[in-house]
Amino acid sequence: MTDKGIGARTLRKEDRRFITGKGRYVDDIRMQGQAYAVFVRSPHAHARIGAIGKDAVLGMPGVLGVFTGADVQADGLGSNVCGWNVVSKDGSGMNMAPYPLLCTDKARYVGDRVAMVVAETLDQARDAADALEVDYEPLPAVVDVAKAQDGPVIHDGIAGNLIYDWELGDKAATEAAFQKAAHVTRIELVNNRLAPNALEPRAALGHFDPGTEQHTLYVTSQNPHVHRLVMSAFIGIAPEHKLRVVAPDVGGGFGSKIFIYGEECLVLWASRKLDGVPVKWTADRTEAFLSDAHGRDHVSKAELAIDADGDFLALRVNTKANLGAYMSTFSSCVPTYLYATLLAGQYKTPAIYADVQAYYTNTSPVDAYRGAGRPEASFLIETIVGQAARELGRDPAELRRQNFIPKDAFPYQTPVALTYDTGDYAATLDRALDLSDYKGFEARKRESASRGKLRGIGLSCYIEACGIAPSAVVGSLGAGVGLWESGKVRFSHTGKVQVLTGTHSHGQGHETSFSQLIASKLGVPFEDVEVIHGDTEKTPVGMGTYGSRSLAVGGEAIARSCDKIVAKGRKIAAHLLEAAEADIEFKDGQFTVKGTDRAKSIGEVAFAAYVPHNYPEGVEPGLEEGAFFDPPNFTYPAGTYVCELEVDPDTGTTEILRFVAVDDFGNVVNPMIVEGQVHGGLMQGIGQALLEGAVYDQSGQLVSATYMDYAMPRAWDVPFFEVETGQGTPAQANSLGVKGCGEAGAIGAPAAVINALTDAIGVRVEMPATPEKVWHAIQATRHAQAAE
Amino acid sequence: MYAFDYAKPASLDEAARLLADDPEAKALAGGQTYIPTLKQRLAQPTRLVDLAGIPDLATIKEEGDGLAVGAMTTHKAVAASPVVQRAFPELAYLASLIGDPAVRAMGTIGGSVANNDPAADYPVVVLTLDATVRTTKGEHRGSDFFPGMFETALEPDELIREFHIPVPEAAAWEKFRNPASRYALVSVLLVRTKDGEIRCGVGGAGPTCFRATAIEDALRSSFAPEALDGVTIDAGDLNEDIHATAAYRAHLIPVLAKRCVRRMLRR
Ligand SMILES: Cc1cc2nc3c(=O)[nH]c(=O)nc-3n(C[C@H](O)[C@H](O)[C@H](O)COP(=O)(O)OP(=O)(O)OC[C@H]3O[C@@H](n4cnc5c(N)ncnc54)[C@H](O)[C@@H]3O)c2cc1C
Repeated sequence: MTDKGIGARTLRKEDRRFITGKGRYVDDIRMQGQAYAVFVRSPHAHARIGAIGKDAVLGMPGVLGVFTGADVQADGLGSNVCGWNVVSKDGSGMNMAPYPLLCTDKARYVGDRVAMVVAETLDQARDAADALEVDYEPLPAVVDVAKAQDGPVIHDGIAGNLIYDWELGDKAATEAAFQKAAHVTRIELVNNRLAPNALEPRAALGHFDPGTEQHTLYVTSQNPHVHRLVMSAFIGIAPEHKLRVVAPDVGGGFGSKIFIYGEECLVLWASRKLDGVPVKWTADRTEAFLSDAHGRDHVSKAELAIDADGDFLALRVNTKANLGAYMSTFSSCVPTYLYATLLAGQYKTPAIYADVQAYYTNTSPVDAYRGAGRPEASFLIETIVGQAARELGRDPAELRRQNFIPKDAFPYQTPVALTYDTGDYAATLDRALDLSDYKGFEARKRESASRGKLRGIGLSCYIEACGIAPSAVVGSLGAGVGLWESGKVRFSHTGKVQVLTGTHSHGQGHETSFSQLIASKLGVPFEDVEVIHGDTEKTPVGMGTYGSRSLAVGGEAIARSCDKIVAKGRKIAAHLLEAAEADIEFKDGQFTVKGTDRAKSIGEVAFAAYVPHNYPEGVEPGLEEGAFFDPPNFTYPAGTYVCELEVDPDTGTTEILRFVAVDDFGNVVNPMIVEGQVHGGLMQGIGQALLEGAVYDQSGQLVSATYMDYAMPRAWDVPFFEVETGQGTPAQANSLGVKGCGEAGAIGAPAAVINALTDAIGVRVEMPATPEKVWHAIQATRHAQAAE
Repeated sequence: MYAFDYAKPASLDEAARLLADDPEAKALAGGQTYIPTLKQRLAQPTRLVDLAGIPDLATIKEEGDGLAVGAMTTHKAVAASPVVQRAFPELAYLASLIGDPAVRAMGTIGGSVANNDPAADYPVVVLTLDATVRTTKGEHRGSDFFPGMFETALEPDELIREFHIPVPEAAAWEKFRNPASRYALVSVLLVRTKDGEIRCGVGGAGPTCFRATAIEDALRSSFAPEALDGVTIDAGDLNEDIHATAAYRAHLIPVLAKRCVRRMLRR
């Protein structure tokens, strides 16, 4: 039984349906008489919208409705919102402009929704959308965050396009520490904008039932209850009790499906306007590039003050963050509370000060994308530490080790608000150096040189915060919601178990991991457990899946539900076994009278609970328990990544030769799933470092809007990863001791790659470090050397 | 995609007649270029004339001092063909690097050459070896088949039947991939013909494939990598996009040509 419990490499039970094409995604759902929505999107990055030729299109074959921003306004629907108020240095709240479901006065980025056409068939809807005439008066646009301040005003009344000017840390202490520095390392860097690229594009199917007045939305969501909340409380699509949100199988999210987008609100609203005709919309790939919230897009300056012994004294960071044309659901917290709070990294740097300015630009909204703020922080720290080591002539591993928070210093209060619970950074560093044969590098470098190649090795000692989050803490920082999670465990007559969770699986394998948890906690066979998620009408209210929180927060709610099941079961077993409750022990699914072989299985106890003929007095029938868990702290996964690569100086091509990842995820429920999560994260991190870039031209056209131009990492771009997750220091914030593993790879990898590349060619190249950029950098250094 | 009629004629002449009768009709081969174009509504043909039902268009034979390759031969078939692997292994290698397995299973040599994408691979072969393009209206020489970007010497109702590709004495193909599309950012085909002539064809770099005469001249005097030291290619006419500047493309051409030389000398 427990061979499929916690710690086992159990194959994923959901994979049979995914691999055999039996998954059921939003677009697979076909309702009787469903119609199709197509969105007319702005071809201009910034334009005033004049007349829209609705009437001409309304008569076209099959067209059921054409809707514009004016119709949305007339119906009294509200604006989309960003749920986290980040307060500026001067105490003022953030400048949140309206984020209309459909544009009213202006379009503010290429892809902004100008109108929605609904027709009986998809082709008819496309024909009508193509035919719809919209008068645009193009306006000047700004796309670069560095130029946002001087760009055209995007939202009336928001001068300089500034959303907030925020700070964290002790500025005076940081300044003072810089006065004492023996050496200061300075860096300026760009964190490149990325498109999320979930395999399944976003989709929504809205249905209004005129009889019950119930609204049902099938949607690609990572958090159906959050969708329900925002759509009812802020946008006003329907009262919350009349709104059901279902997120069935969802093919990847990486953050992009957390957010509440106009399209999904509108199809549901349109179904009501059309008296109950179900309305479906599925994005095509270019629509996904244009309209999914993007990630990253920072420009930063940082300085690290170091004393004569190589101890870090202080870190000072300024970041300009591009939030795009509108503030998406959680956009404001990404470059602030999910970013600057991580700037201590694994180091005991005593003073840190960061300030962050966030701007509007004429680009797609930017929000959380795998790692969300933490990759940007980790990249900045690990790049500047790498540069410091080069400038000081120190071994980058030893400079890091010298500055690590020692393992006996936990819990450790950083200067940027977080309290790290546990960790052993030297252990993961040592293991990674060992696995990568760090000592043998010089010989390998010589061997490469003999073939005319430039070899480099790079480290990244990342840390992140997962398991978001203690509600009171995030509330005090401006979050509009609590970030607890719910779980429920329900036995049936026959001893089978349903697990209900407020989290959502869109590739992570929750059905397997949570079943393993039940198998271990309750001794029920893995196969007898069914995990239910993604339907606001089935599961308790939950906050969903992001920030690697599902197991650390949601799993703990399930674990606590199990504890309640055992507590109740003990009472029932004591009655059935005619023993005192205190004498009942529970292990491997058996309630046993201490010191005897008299026992009742949990299945027998469940049966007794539902057929309570012989039953303890005062105990309710049934065996179903739930829990809500609000974590006391974040969890802090950390580790060391080592990248070794070779550059061809003739072309600038980089080949990654080895990638070693040693992660401390605390306890691990399914090592195979965890390794898979790391592999995926590493691919995205390496993709960011070498390949991926969402590129706008200066007029605001997205020039990387197809796979012909957006470079996705492929299997052949990387070697076999060497991943180890065995070195855990268990997390303190949950009884399972788990930390979360979904984002680590994407957080830690970029700096390892870029440090290795810098080691190889002697200068740092901005991400994505394409062959051409690398080649130019090599040429420039050679010219400089020749001139000396 | 817009709605269209569909025809699946049984002979190439019938296909050509269908195209001649209706200027808005369009031939369909493997669909790897044209179907995505249709899906994006970038073309609106009245009728698709599918060439997949025509027998004997996907054959590979040795013919004289070359290979006769039918227009509907897939990239996969060329890559796997024992005839090609024996007579002209570098052509099989070239085909094996096109796109991905799905593209190679469907895409055809005829479609690739008729489409003349600046980054496509087969046009470089047809140009460099001066292959004969046999069509429903006669023959064309590969050396003047590609007037410009996405243009060929074909008339709208003219269909490619097969190619006659002279087999070179020796050849090397180097493809530097665009990191996003994996088409060629720059490709170089270097050959020594049966008459001992050195020819260097370049793909991906310009509006259409071309011969790098500076490289040919340098290698004619000395067939060694060092002969290309100092050979530069004018970036003026080359493509520039988010993946590469014209200058970088110009730089890559002799680099890839040198690799071809090294590989040919090693054999
Ligand atoms: C992801 C991807 C990657 C690719 N990578 C590469 C690559 O690395 N290198 C490369 O060279 N190509 C690449 N291609 C293109 C691929 O090789 C296509 O197969 C080829 O360009 C077109 O061939 P097709 O048979 O699919 O033609 P279709 O798409 O069916 O037709 C293309 C055009 O040719 C015309 N046509 C077709 N057959 C004939 C004929 N017999 N006579 C006259 N006209 C005809 C059609 O009317 C149409 O205009 C890639 C394609 C994709 C989708």
